Amino acid sequence: MKRRDFIQKTVASSALLTVGGLSLSSFKPLDKKHITILHTNDVHSHIDPFPLTDAKNPNMGGVSRRASLIESIRKENPNVLLLDAGDIFQGTPYFNYYGGELEFKLMSMMKYDLATMGNHDFDNGIDGFYSQLHNAKFDFVSANYDFKNTILEGVVKPYKVFVKDGIKIGVFGLGVELDGLVDKKNYKETVYNDPVSVSQEMTRILKTQERCDLIICLSHIGYAYKNDPDKISDLKLAAATRDIDLIIGGHTHTFLDKPTIVKNLDGIDTLVNQVGCYGINLGRIDFYFDTDKNKIHSGRTIVV
Amino acid sequence: MLKLKNYNAALAQFVSILTLFLAISCSTQKPYVSKIEGKQIGITNTNPQTPAIEEFIKPYRENIDKDMNQILAYAPETMDKSKGEWQTTIGSLQADITLATANKLFLKRENKSVDICLLNHGGIRSMISKGNVTTRTAFELMPFENELVVVALKGQQILEMVNYLISEKKPHPLAGMEIVLNKDAASYKSITIQGKPLDLNKTYYVATNDYLYNGGDSMNFFKKGTMTSLDYKLRNVWIDYFKETDTIPVPRNKRIIVE
Repeated sequence: MKRRDFIQKTVASSALLTVGGLSLSSFKPLDKKHITILHTNDVHSHIDPFPLTDAKNPNMGGVSRRASLIESIRKENPNVLLLDAGDIFQGTPYFNYYGGELEFKLMSMMKYDLATMGNHDFDNGIDGFYSQLHNAKFDFVSANYDFKNTILEGVVKPYKVFVKDGIKIGVFGLGVELDGLVDKKNYKETVYNDPVSVSQEMTRILKTQERCDLIICLSHIGYAYKNDPDKISDLKLAAATRDIDLIIGGHTHTFLDKPTIVKNLDGIDTLVNQVGCYGINLGRIDFYFDTDKNKIHSGRTIVV
Repeated sequence: MLKLKNYNAALAQFVSILTLFLAISCSTQKPYVSKIEGKQIGITNTNPQTPAIEEFIKPYRENIDKDMNQILAYAPETMDKSKGEWQTTIGSLQADITLATANKLFLKRENKSVDICLLNHGGIRSMISKGNVTTRTAFELMPFENELVVVALKGQQILEMVNYLISEKKPHPLAGMEIVLNKDAASYKSITIQGKPLDLNKTYYVATNDYLYNGGDSMNFFKKGTMTSLDYKLRNVWIDYFKETDTIPVPRNKRIIVE
């Protein structure tokens, strides 16, 4: 009751102001925009579909089919951002033979926009990764790997900002702790920093400095660790930060029925998604934007 | 509850000012997210192939398949790493052939023989299915580029290794050593290496891979020894063994025995 009172007052005042000369109707009454985020993770060099005889995923996956699916979505909505959350390398002889060349070339043909580095992307050493980068027509981001004193300094940046249909989208990358997981001789002088504090810094930059409308975290830190609940994961990160709209995850090869909704530090719903592994699935998240000034901002509706 | 009604007059003023402010600033108002939809799309044969991509992959695929489909040996039965508590047929086979290869190379280079081989259960990435064994089998078993190394360990570290195996309770591939455990499987009764009891004053040469030497799977006892790299990939141990073998034996002898 009280709330309705308040809203009525607001409407009355607005009407009064309109009469007073400031025309609100000069603004476009509705300006809806639609951005589609497509994503993969842990494809692990799976270029061909699984054979028909495979025990777990018969006839699933395959780059050639993924490409046609992506193309059909681009026809439906050209404002697509195509992302990969790491572990592009290692898992089939394509990687052993060509060192990631084919993976990067095919991702470029599918017009991937951005990726982050997974632990297996260090499998041919940081130099092996660097030597294949000229085959990738897309960038890599990682905010918590400090590449100072490595060949990747200035090459892999913390974040990237895209503008699609006037919407500013900031994407930053996060990588998993390397010690005990990756041989030191492969990651060399790469320094791993705490994902939570790095994310807080990233969202500050992307929100206030870059003035992004949408903030995405491209993460390879893992969805959740049941046996090690203190270990940082996407679910913990979502709850411990603010202003992240979407976390696209990887590393744990987690198959979800649907994206997970997590309340962030401000109590606002944020999405965490991951689509298993081996290119079996493509994730799709659609963001609808409003700039309607006459409507009362009633929060976001999430349909998953 | 707030008693808003009591403040209606003041509120009306406040709302007016607020609305005015909004009206002026709205030309720069940022778009906000009103709705989010999320789903996952399976990649199946209902998604058509993309001819340009198919054409592009073809030469790479043909080149690999030429090698991968080459038949190297025959497996009389399926060897699966999930079958076995303290050892598996596939793990024992891997440890046996790795010990033999390391021994041959180490004798040639260092004029010393290798006593033990210890690898990790998690490092077996696939199985050997009954039937023809191809190069692809070896790539599936061992996709990683890890290399064969020999570590010189004191008897004391061999003891640490045994305690590690007891606490892990995993069928890690093991050869050259026999461990008899007490009934509770929580302590050992005897340790024999190359048929002789463990001598704490002796130095033993243990074949493993560079990943485990560097602390992988928490096998921290390896770090205490000195390492010699044999510049030989673990995958090539499999491939070269398959090449020189017609029918693969299925090792069933126990390396860890519970009384």
